Amino acid sequence: MDYFFTEEQEMIRDLCRQIAEERIKPVRAELDEKEQFPHEIIKALAQADLFQIIIPEEYGGLGGGCLENCIAVEELSKACCGVSTSYAASFLGAYPILLFGSEAQKEKYLPLIGSGEQLCAFALTESASGSDAGSIATEAKKDGDSYVLNGSKQWITNGGEAGVYTVIAITDRSKGARGATAFIVEAGDPGFSVGKKEIKLGIRASATAELIFKDCRIPADRVLGKQGLGFVVAMRTLDKSRPGVGAQAVGLAQGALDEAAAFARVRKQFGKPIITFQAVAHMLADMAIETEAARALVYATARYIDSGAKDFSKVSAIAKVFPTDMAMRTATNAVQVLGGHGYMRDYPVEKMMRDAKILQIYEGTNQIQRNVIGQELNKEYGRGK
Amino acid sequence: MKIAVCIKQVPDTANVKLDPETHTLKREGVESIVNPFDLFALEAALRIREQAGGEIVAITMGPPQAEAVIKEAIGYGVDEGLLLSDRAFAGADTWATTAALAKAIEGLGGVDLVVCGKQAVDGDTAQVGPGIAQRLGLPHVAFVKGFREIENRRLVVERQMDDGFDVVEMPLPGLITVVREVGEPRPPSLKGKMRAKKYAIPMKDAAQLGLEAGQVGLAGSFTQVVKVFAPSHGGERHRLEGPPEQTGAQVIDALVDNQVIMLGS
Repeated sequence: MDYFFTEEQEMIRDLCRQIAEERIKPVRAELDEKEQFPHEIIKALAQADLFQIIIPEEYGGLGGGCLENCIAVEELSKACCGVSTSYAASFLGAYPILLFGSEAQKEKYLPLIGSGEQLCAFALTESASGSDAGSIATEAKKDGDSYVLNGSKQWITNGGEAGVYTVIAITDRSKGARGATAFIVEAGDPGFSVGKKEIKLGIRASATAELIFKDCRIPADRVLGKQGLGFVVAMRTLDKSRPGVGAQAVGLAQGALDEAAAFARVRKQFGKPIITFQAVAHMLADMAIETEAARALVYATARYIDSGAKDFSKVSAIAKVFPTDMAMRTATNAVQVLGGHGYMRDYPVEKMMRDAKILQIYEGTNQIQRNVIGQELNKEYGRGK
Repeated sequence: MKIAVCIKQVPDTANVKLDPETHTLKREGVESIVNPFDLFALEAALRIREQAGGEIVAITMGPPQAEAVIKEAIGYGVDEGLLLSDRAFAGADTWATTAALAKAIEGLGGVDLVVCGKQAVDGDTAQVGPGIAQRLGLPHVAFVKGFREIENRRLVVERQMDDGFDVVEMPLPGLITVVREVGEPRPPSLKGKMRAKKYAIPMKDAAQLGLEAGQVGLAGSFTQVVKVFAPSHGGERHRLEGPPEQTGAQVIDALVDNQVIMLGS
C-alpha cells in the first residue's frame, strides 16, 4: 500500500528500517534476555538525527509532526518495542516542553533532546495513582525562588537513563484539577534520585524505574506553562503521543505477521507448507487485514493532528485502542502459527507477544481510552438536543 | 584537521554473477555500492573529525554515475565531495588511478590526512592507498584498526598484523588505510541525506587536474586486464566420511602431513 509519503517521510522510514535491520534485530533477543538498555542503538539513532524529528527547526530539529514520529516509531517497533519505547518516551517527555515551554526552556532543553545528548522522560504515574491521575500524591511547594518536590513516581520509562524529566506534582490540593503543575527536573537536581529498576514481562530492553523526590529543590523557572496547568499539560501531551503508541502496535503486528508468514511458507506438515492450509492462511489473512486497517487509522489520525486540528482526544484515543488491541491478537496468533517453535525463545514472536501487552496498558489503559471515547460520544450526540 | 577520504563505487559483489562464457562480471542489473572498506574509511574520518575538528572531503574517480557514492558520503556527514570523471580515465590500473587521486588531493590544498579503505572488493589490489602516499611523498600506515592518539601533527595508530597488531606513531600529513576493526560505520543522518539530495557535486577532468592524456586511464597504465577467468580446480581430491570428531582429526592429520600447517610444540 502506498500512503503517499513525502520524500522526507520516506527518508525517515528507510533510515529507521536500515537501523532496525542492521542494529536492532541482531541484538534484540540478547537485550531482552539481559534486560539491557540499548545505549549503542540510542547513540546510532541520535547520530542519524532521529531524535530531531519533532523538534522545531529553530531549535536545530527537523520540524516534523505526529506522522513523522509515527513512521519512525513503527519501523523501529517492527524489530523491537523495547527499543522503540525508549525512543518514543523521549518524545513523550519532550512534548510538554514543546507544547508549553517558555522560549528560554525550549532554547535550553530542545537542542539537548534533539541531538540525543540527553534522553527525556515523562513522569505522571504513581504507585497509588494510575488511571486516576487526579489522585497523585507528589507535592511541590513554592519556597521563595524555588519549588520543593516531595514524593515518588512509579514505572517511569527512561527513569535513570534520561537527563531531563517532565514531572507532574500537586501544588494546591484544594483546587482539584487545577491544583497540579508540570515541572522540568534535571538528573542532577538535589534531592532527586532514581529508585529500583523494574523487572518486566516485555519491552525488557527499556528502562522502567521509580523516581524519588526528597526535598528536591528546583528553580521556579522550571514550571511548564504556569502553576495549576499540570493536568492540561499532561492531557495535551498524551493526546499528542497516543498515535505513537498506535504506531508501535502497527510495527509490532507487522513484525509478527512477517515472521508468521515466512514460517508458514517453509514449515511443512502432511507434505505441504502450512500456509496452504486454510486454517493457517485465514489466520494470516486476518493479521494482514487488521494490521493494514490499524496502519491506515494511525496515519490518518496523525495527519489530522498535524493539520492543526484543535480537538482530537477522541481520534487520538481511537488510534491507540484499536491498533494495540489488534497487536495483542496478532502477536498471540503469530505464536500460534509458529506452534511449538513460536513458544520458544529461538524465534522472536514470543517476545513480540510479551511486548504487545504493555501497549494496551501504558499511556492510558485501553479501558481509559474507551472512557474518553465514550465521554466524547456523549458530548457529540448530546449537542443540539 | 583537513581529511580527504578516497572512496570507490563497486558492484555489489554479494549479488554479482559471472558470465559463464567470458568469465567477466555481469554488470547489468547489479547494484552499485560504496566499496565496503571505504565505509570504514568514512567512519574513521568522521571519528577523527569528532575528536580533532576540521573538515572531510570525499573523493571518487569514476563515471558520472559514481556521483551516487559522493551523495552517500554526504549523507554520512562528510563536508564536501569531489568527483573525478573523464572518458580518458577509463581502463586505469592502480598506477594511473593514483595519478588522478594524488593530483586531486594536492589540489585541495592543506590536506593533513588521507584515509582509504584497505582495498576495493572488485579489484582487491590494496595498492591505491599506498600508491597515493608514494606519489605525494607522504608517510603511510596500512591496515589501521584503531587510534591511540589523534593530534593535528601526529597520529598513533594500531596496525593490524597476522599475529597481533603494531602500535605506530606517524607524523602528519600522512595517509592511512583502514580495516573493518576500525569501527562499524554509523548510519547516515537525516540532515546529511537531505543535504545530499541538494548537494551539487564538484567535478574535475584530467585537464583540470593538470594531467596529460598519457598519464591517466589505459594509456597511463603499466598493467592491463587482458582476461578474467575462473581457475580450474586441479589436483587430487579426497573425500572424508564419518562422524565429525573423526573426519576433523583426519583433516588436521592431512594438513600436517602435507605441511600446510605446523602444530606448535
